[in-house]
Amino acid sequence: MTTGELALHQAHAVPPRGWLRWLTTTNHKDIGTMYLVFSLAMFFVGGLMILLVRAELFRPGLQLMEPELFNQLIGVHALVMIFMALMPAATGFANWMIPLMIGAPDMALPRLNNWSFWLLPPAATLLLMPFVLALFGVGTGAVGTGWTLYAPLSVQDGMGMDFAIFAIHLLGISSVMGSINIIVTILNLRAPGMTLMKLPLFAWGWLLTAFMLVAVIPVLAGAVTMLLTDRHFGTHFFNAGGGGDPILFQHLFWFFGHPEVYIVLFPVWGFTPHILSAFARKPVYGYRAQVYAFWVIGVLSVIVWGHHIMTSGLSTAGLLYFMYSTMAISLPLSVLFFCWIATLWRGAMTFEAPMLFALGMIVLFGVGGLTGLVLADAAADAQYHHSYFVVAHFHYTLFAGGIMGIMAGAYFWLPKMTGHLYSEKLAQWHFWLTAVAFNLTFLPQFFLGLAGMPRRIPDYALQFADFNWVSSVGAFFLGAAQLLFLVNVVKCIRGGPPAGDKPWEGAQGLEWTLPSPPPRHTFQTRPVGE
Amino acid sequence: MSVKFPLLLAALAAAAPHSARAEWAWNFPAPVTPLALDTLHVHNTFMAIALAIFVVVFAIMLYSIFTHRKSRGMEPATFTRPSTAAQVFWTTIPFLVFAFIDFILMGIPAYHSVVVMEDTRSDADMVVKVTGSQWKWQYEYPEEGIRFVSALATTPEQIADRAAKGEHYLLEVDHPLVLPVGKKVRILLTSTDVIHTWWVPQFGAKRDAIPGFIRETWARIERPGTYRGQCAELCGKGHGFMPVVVQAVAEPEYRLWVARQKGEQAAQAAGAERVWSRDELMKQGETVYGKVCAVCHQAQGQGIPGAFPALAGSKVVNGPALDRQGRLVKDGHLDRVMNGKPGTAMQAFKATLSDSEIAGVVTYERNSFGNKMGDAVQPAQVKALR
Repeated sequence: MTTGELALHQAHAVPPRGWLRWLTTTNHKDIGTMYLVFSLAMFFVGGLMILLVRAELFRPGLQLMEPELFNQLIGVHALVMIFMALMPAATGFANWMIPLMIGAPDMALPRLNNWSFWLLPPAATLLLMPFVLALFGVGTGAVGTGWTLYAPLSVQDGMGMDFAIFAIHLLGISSVMGSINIIVTILNLRAPGMTLMKLPLFAWGWLLTAFMLVAVIPVLAGAVTMLLTDRHFGTHFFNAGGGGDPILFQHLFWFFGHPEVYIVLFPVWGFTPHILSAFARKPVYGYRAQVYAFWVIGVLSVIVWGHHIMTSGLSTAGLLYFMYSTMAISLPLSVLFFCWIATLWRGAMTFEAPMLFALGMIVLFGVGGLTGLVLADAAADAQYHHSYFVVAHFHYTLFAGGIMGIMAGAYFWLPKMTGHLYSEKLAQWHFWLTAVAFNLTFLPQFFLGLAGMPRRIPDYALQFADFNWVSSVGAFFLGAAQLLFLVNVVKCIRGGPPAGDKPWEGAQGLEWTLPSPPPRHTFQTRPVGE
Repeated sequence: MSVKFPLLLAALAAAAPHSARAEWAWNFPAPVTPLALDTLHVHNTFMAIALAIFVVVFAIMLYSIFTHRKSRGMEPATFTRPSTAAQVFWTTIPFLVFAFIDFILMGIPAYHSVVVMEDTRSDADMVVKVTGSQWKWQYEYPEEGIRFVSALATTPEQIADRAAKGEHYLLEVDHPLVLPVGKKVRILLTSTDVIHTWWVPQFGAKRDAIPGFIRETWARIERPGTYRGQCAELCGKGHGFMPVVVQAVAEPEYRLWVARQKGEQAAQAAGAERVWSRDELMKQGETVYGKVCAVCHQAQGQGIPGAFPALAGSKVVNGPALDRQGRLVKDGHLDRVMNGKPGTAMQAFKATLSDSEIAGVVTYERNSFGNKMGDAVQPAQVKALR
């Protein structure tokens, strides 16, 4: 490119101002920011819903809401948190960081990128609108079947279900397009010299996530479309009266649903070693082993779905197969844990917020992982299944493993993205309050489940009262603690001490060679790797 | 903040439920079947193993966190992989330990538990059929010809906090399932509408009840007593109000109960042969309506707009039920009650209600909530339509 052409190009690249900039942007940093802001907003929406639920469960009896609304809140909470908070947060980081980490000028398919994001707000509107419509007397509220949408309950459900089906379609299209973009970017736009086995682990984690999404989202889309035609067009996919089978829906759903757990967690497990290495001031241990572990978990993730439906009447052979294959996941996971701890070993650690959240994530996710191993046992699972034990288990994996991991990433990269340092004091408060309140909320739920409290009930027997009370108090503190994060992020965006190119002493990687915040266009000439 | 914080906690503590029944239970309730005992044993063993792994792994990590700090002047090491043969050996240890735990230490007992759990048939002494319906359980003893519905007995006033909650709040029913102790009971499960899950924690038995299919589990109760559980699969608005109560009694007592049930059912069947007065039908209908119908159609028949249709002034209720020849009017009132409406929560009540109950409730609905049809349906007419 000659100097004249470059000047022309840059003049052309001046973005429109105001909201038009955000609507039309194809810049990976802008789109990444939008994903992250959307995710944060939805995190509070989903959180507010579950605080209403916890308020209802504060003591026995129905005080605040009818069971119908309760059922809607728990299901929409899950859909919002998984599809609109966790996944967009991971995609936001991918948009921001993967091009910077691999030395690419932008994502490979910038217009697709814009569309992937802009499908999310309509999807959120579709999912949440039935709540508002019900206030005006239209319909009976949002989807009331829990996020698992099991037929035939979902065939029976009101029009909130149809809204949810279309919301899921939009979210699915958005995810698949985002995934294709990430795969193409990683495979084609790496800086010269960056072979796949030199790819940063965050990019590896995302590459596997993207492949899993492309593999399983269409299955979910198919399942909910079959649901739609069962509801309105006289098909009987899930109706035994017409030769169908309600359990077919559960198979299809969990064929998507189990990999979904790793879809949410792989990006986090991808950047966890970056953070551990930065704050231990020591290179990542076992890079190859971690990549191979990702591959093994990715493959296992699509063949273990049956452990979610062990009480539905699988054959003995089926139960044994799903039990042993599920237990096998602990093998590659043990490799990841080993590598994480070995990365810390004999380092020179300091404990800024990203490190605290990463370490907290490892310990608390450990609880989730180990209880998962226990849950895999098909006989004992008959006791745990559908109980609060499971609720506690998956919040240890998805809140501790997912959201606390995302927090670690947010604090790690906020200085890079904004150019300012966040308030470390506020962040430390955020971590400790979150860690304590999280355990206060979810530890009692293990005991509730063991004592026999089923999940998704709006009211409970008196013997469950004490632990529910503790759990609700914990949940209010947990929710309040997240406001510290909001304050910190807003303050950090608006100003603060300059971060410099590399705010973390031990951080490694191409993204830290750039100024903070990075200019609008980066790596227009390709960096040359070693 | 320092002043307000304890105040807030004190306020929360004051609002906490202080109930004699509330208890801090840390583990499964006491098992009363071999299956539950086995499950508890497996659970305790696995939890101990998981706890041991947790403690060992995070003790190592914690040691590192406290020792390998910059503030202690640590010079960071630079290793990225095992370099000596000894190190390679040590890195395989966690992997091997997990493989051993998964497939030997936990895998073998788990295998046996699964085989025991799934063996519902060998040496079974009797069969009970359990049918889930929104939101009650129907129990059937095929060998004895006994059939009854078991529904929540807790009053709506207790749930709405307008009356004191009883000891077995939400875990009490009008007709518990009665089973003999010491017998292997094969429990067959199905459903008439959506998926339910039958669960009694002290039996270690939990299995889904799926419309259109039969699933099975089993229980051999070793101690007489009353055992309580709940529906465990989200099944709509009444999911939290669908308890399972099982009364386990000694064999002679069980035989006595069976004889009494048979007598009652015979009396009920005889009821279909005679002509009922309108008052009798209305009284019978009011009871049935309160127990079965009011949960959706509401106490005054007003329904819930958008979800459950009103019966007051309803076209179906105020339309013909039977034609001149005594045949069902398609999609008429009696047809709806007996055969349900597919794809909705309105189920086919001919499966769960007796002739006199159906006749009573239809008569009641046609002559209550402002509906003034003035006619009556006789149990004999219902019986003829089955």
